[in-house]
Amino acid sequence: MVTGTDGLVGRANAEGAQLIRDWFTALDASAQAGRPAAYVFVMGSMAELLRAFDFPIVFPEINSLQTAVRRVSHEFLDEAEDYGYSPDICGYVKADVAVQLRGGEHPMGRIPKPAVAVHTNACNTYIKWAEIWERMYQVPVLTVDVPGSREAGRRPAPGTPDFERDRRYVAAQLREIIPQLERVSGVRFDVDRLREHMAHANTMNRAWARLLELNASRPSVFNALSDGTIYLGISNGLRGTREGAEYFERLVEEMEYKAAHGIGTLTEEEWRLIFVGVPCYPIFRRFTEMFSHWGGTFVDSTYLWFASGGSNLGLQYDLADPLEGLAEGLLLGVRDAMDSMFFQTDLLLDMVERDQADGIVYHPIKSCRTVSTGLADTRRALMARRDVPSLFIESDMMDRRVVSEAQLKNRVDAFFEGLAARRRQAAPRVTE
Amino acid sequence: MAYAAGVDVGSTQTKAVIVDEAACIVARSLGPTGANVVKAAEDAFQQALDDGKLREEEVEFIVGTGYGRYKVTFGNTQVTEISCHARGAVHMFPGTRTVLDMGGQDTKAIRVAATGDIVDFCMNDKCAAGTGRFLGAAASALDIPLDDLGATALGGERPVKISTTCTVFAESEVLSWLGRGKKIEDILLGVHQSIAARSVGLLRRVGIESEVTFTGGVARNLAMIATVNERLDAPVNVSEDSHYIGALGAALFALDHIHTSRAPITGSREA
Repeated sequence: MVTGTDGLVGRANAEGAQLIRDWFTALDASAQAGRPAAYVFVMGSMAELLRAFDFPIVFPEINSLQTAVRRVSHEFLDEAEDYGYSPDICGYVKADVAVQLRGGEHPMGRIPKPAVAVHTNACNTYIKWAEIWERMYQVPVLTVDVPGSREAGRRPAPGTPDFERDRRYVAAQLREIIPQLERVSGVRFDVDRLREHMAHANTMNRAWARLLELNASRPSVFNALSDGTIYLGISNGLRGTREGAEYFERLVEEMEYKAAHGIGTLTEEEWRLIFVGVPCYPIFRRFTEMFSHWGGTFVDSTYLWFASGGSNLGLQYDLADPLEGLAEGLLLGVRDAMDSMFFQTDLLLDMVERDQADGIVYHPIKSCRTVSTGLADTRRALMARRDVPSLFIESDMMDRRVVSEAQLKNRVDAFFEGLAARRRQAAPRVTE
Repeated sequence: MAYAAGVDVGSTQTKAVIVDEAACIVARSLGPTGANVVKAAEDAFQQALDDGKLREEEVEFIVGTGYGRYKVTFGNTQVTEISCHARGAVHMFPGTRTVLDMGGQDTKAIRVAATGDIVDFCMNDKCAAGTGRFLGAAASALDIPLDDLGATALGGERPVKISTTCTVFAESEVLSWLGRGKKIEDILLGVHQSIAARSVGLLRRVGIESEVTFTGGVARNLAMIATVNERLDAPVNVSEDSHYIGALGAALFALDHIHTSRAPITGSREA
């Protein structure tokens, strides 16, 4: 909703929702015209490169989560399970399988079929997921192997021998896939077009990093879980486009205005929280309300890191040598995404400090082992290093059969009761 | 004299406790929750008033707790049963630093401060595996009254290994052991041991700090106490009023409200 306040407050959410609708409308038009698409994933999408070949870009993870937000994911999950997929398999995969079985039918419009799938190893499921399309449509699957961190807390920087070896490894793979993309698309590779898309991504990345900085202000200017997910949709779906870059510049303008005028997301911001994991999309709004009811807001989220395509780092591609620059960006972005999931203790401690957070909410989800398996360990490791209250609640990002609202609310309420008790204990007693 | 009340609407039973200004229990009641949760809460409160020969207007503040806490329509406010069990357990046993609450549909492990405030907690997930409901299903499969379950299990000498604590599969698991000629006592001891193992696992997730206090309806089961003690290799605190501890905690929060409203002190505890 756009209110007074110079027409700025609420603008980004309204414009973001419209951009996402426009994006799906364009995908629908591509599907109707029979234009085959490039299928990619949010971690390491390489959208900048694929745009240089004029591919409509499909993010099946985003398609899937949209079915949950629109409260129809169970229909898609049931369909995939009826086909033979186990209830234990990633809900995103199953919803996408159902979309494919339905010939691209999706609540937001028709999804074009893949002509090619391009992905990294950022998530182990990506590889097996892409193989499904390979079998369904006999399309090429191009896998770029991106080396991750060898150990927690050691990240070789650009210019160091370790990093440069990894960069050469990634760049060589990018050079290998370009002829394949030319063949599938029928479009000749033009480095200047790649440079142009990377320049738009640079603008977006700069804005994204600034956005995260701005939310350290009190009160926080956006809810990292509810608002942040809209921003993530744009940062992925419109990555490398002028519209995406401009959106983020306008978003920063709005958030700077809010920060300067002390405009927060809640009437009274009682508790500043950090979210770890993937949202509970089947009850997306009500999940956030369980916290806002107590005056709690999410000031940051690991989701805004690992699902932002490296934007959280404010990555600036070297446009002088686009392929080397893209390789560096892909390496840094995917490595950071994996570290955000697997080596998050230091990152979370920094976040707690920067955002002056009162607590951390860990949200492991049943159908994603990749982001959930280590959360109990990282929570324990973090608690051993710093006394930060935390809540551990389990549900799912897609499957409402494993989402129990009453139990979630019970835990959330108890968490806030504990936070309030801690604050009372810490407060000096004043006697009249 | 003013009184404070706590009404704990659990998944299977509803409990009410009334305390006086010195935080001593003066009345209590317990009854089935059933389908009409509002009525269960009203009945429990009325029965507690009857038990203490008190009039409703003498109870100055009421806190609702348990899954049905928002159905305590006559209550002044609500507090989760997690906070209430923590508070009640520390009140009963001041040395308590860890609470194991085993109820009808969930099991909670709570680490508490000396004040009774929550430090950390964790619970079983959406499934009711390893909760009181599992014992109920086993009792039903063996046609034994729930109240006799513990005493029967204590007669076991060679407990069987129960491979699942899934409540849905409890019956088939128990029947399969019967089919293999195992004694009822040994099967039941196995059932108790498997629940104890799962519950102690929850306790380990929050970190076990002595003393451990066992609360909730299942804490009345002697075999459960014995198997939890064995698993922990240390005795847990158990009160005869273990099933009232959530309601007691709620009553103590209600008492805080009474004291806060009277004393000219700011910054003190509020529920």
